[in-house]
Amino acid sequence: MIEIPADMELVYKRPESLTLAHTHYCPGCTHGIIHRLIAEVLDELGVRERTIGIAPVGCSVLAYYYFNVDMAEAAHGRAPAMATGLKRVSPDKVVFTYQGDGDLAAIGTNEIIHAANRGELFTTIFVNNAIYGMTGGQMAPTTLPGQVSTSSPQGRDVRIAGYPLHVAEMIGGLAGAAYITRQAVLDVRGIRRTRKAIKTAFRTQIEGLGFSLVEIISTCPTNWHMGPLEALKWAGENMVPYYPLGDTKVTDQVRALMEEK
Amino acid sequence: MAKELWEGNAAIAEAAIRAGVEAYFGYPITPQTEVLEHFSHRMLEEGRVFLQAESELASINMVYGAACAGARVMTSSSSPGISLMQEGLSYIACSEVPVVIGNIMRGGPGLGNIAPSQGDYLQAVKTTGHGDFHMIVLAPGNIQEAIDLIVLAFDLADKYRTIAMILADGSLGQMMEPAEMPPMRPVRPASERAAWALTGAKGRQPNIITSLYLVEEEMEQVNLRLQAKLKEIAANEVRWKEYETDDAEVLLVAFGTVGRICQTVVREARRKGLRVGLLRPITVWPFPSARLAELSRQVRAMLAVEMSAGQMVEDVRLAVEGRCPVHFYGRMGGIIPLPDEILPQVERL
Repeated sequence: MIEIPADMELVYKRPESLTLAHTHYCPGCTHGIIHRLIAEVLDELGVRERTIGIAPVGCSVLAYYYFNVDMAEAAHGRAPAMATGLKRVSPDKVVFTYQGDGDLAAIGTNEIIHAANRGELFTTIFVNNAIYGMTGGQMAPTTLPGQVSTSSPQGRDVRIAGYPLHVAEMIGGLAGAAYITRQAVLDVRGIRRTRKAIKTAFRTQIEGLGFSLVEIISTCPTNWHMGPLEALKWAGENMVPYYPLGDTKVTDQVRALMEEK
Repeated sequence: MAKELWEGNAAIAEAAIRAGVEAYFGYPITPQTEVLEHFSHRMLEEGRVFLQAESELASINMVYGAACAGARVMTSSSSPGISLMQEGLSYIACSEVPVVIGNIMRGGPGLGNIAPSQGDYLQAVKTTGHGDFHMIVLAPGNIQEAIDLIVLAFDLADKYRTIAMILADGSLGQMMEPAEMPPMRPVRPASERAAWALTGAKGRQPNIITSLYLVEEEMEQVNLRLQAKLKEIAANEVRWKEYETDDAEVLLVAFGTVGRICQTVVREARRKGLRVGLLRPITVWPFPSARLAELSRQVRAMLAVEMSAGQMVEDVRLAVEGRCPVHFYGRMGGIIPLPDEILPQVERL
């Protein structure tokens, strides 16, 4: 530990809820930002020592090395089912799943819909970067129409591949969902709003108000074949219009929570 | 406790409750749905967790999550549902969390039918999921044994941090007979969950439960550890029952319901003066291979009888190593072989 001189104040540090491990994420990837936001919120809420995370299959498969909390690794798409089992036998714990678009919106659609509809008391952080990153840039359920990927080389043709899935809207329509929102980590303002949303989501869980999910518009410079800044710009210009930001479900109880100072 | 009339499926659920199961996750499928139904009201009464999942895929992953938390947990299904659970079983095996699962087998392949079968033997003992692993597989021959083996299954799963499966056929799940329940064991308090469990990293380093090992040498070490554990289980946990084997010249080998039917065959054969015995495996993994090898030096021939095209017979032949002929008789499609059709098969030998 570094001694802080008496006349100085510590204003920025690594959250206790992150480990000291270096992440394996590509340069410019936004997973690092999102990890940090979750960790800051867990610290702020003082729940690190009773938090249990479930990692997905995909780029964030190794998330359990980066969060300084108990964690399990799920099979592809099954994190919401695992979180359900875990939370039901550990009601005093804070449980979250961290999932990408392939994991949550393709192979795991069944599990997320039913967990949300049951109003399971865990929080899902859903990272939407419109591509399969780990396997090398294939078309995801959220890949935009016309977007080129290694499995849609001519661009996504909706006549063949169907339409991108609007997860926040879909889950927001379910009775068990208490707080569902879509945010983006493409600029400072968006990052601050995302942090606030993550905090509201965890508070929704802790207060026992129902299921909470934060969809986060994210980037994949590597598989989009763009520089980090170009990727942020592309996401802002193409993804955000297709996936409008904002809340898709806020129950009255959650609204009251959000209005608390 | 006195004997009561129990239906097999309900007995399995009640025995698990007596054994201190904290949570059950399941999905309806004939002929095991009564397991789920019994849990649905009894777990509420006991203040424990019951949840009807959206699929067997979800059930097994809910079980996985609850087991990661260190809770005593189980699920059950029937053949097609178990196929759906195979992904989860492989993850659970590698993650080394204790889980109990019941398979009340029905006719297959495909949607098959809802009649009794033993056609999932190979799936249970050899092809449970991708990668190198086995489950402990217990095959009850009657309802009392199903009750006793459920309790044992939880203890073995905990002891070895492994999966223990109760492998029974639809007739055992559906029939009723008198049986005695064990006394109610207290549920393990959440504060006494295992040190490896995910209970929150309070005053310790975080616990991680994973089946991902990207470095080849690490993955090999995990496999070596799993294999060492399986070897220990194989050395210590083989169980079987023998009937009239002392002077047997012909040995019947059959498990579960067919094992029970073959007891009648032995009795009738003896009445006709034939020296026939029976070995009924209780654990089909680990398999009583060593005892069968001994008996292969004593008997003239063996006859494996199954409700399948001949699955366990492969393990009998592996154990016997050609020392005596191993014959097979089986019925499929949900048909239970009866003593009067098995006896002529014995008389021919």
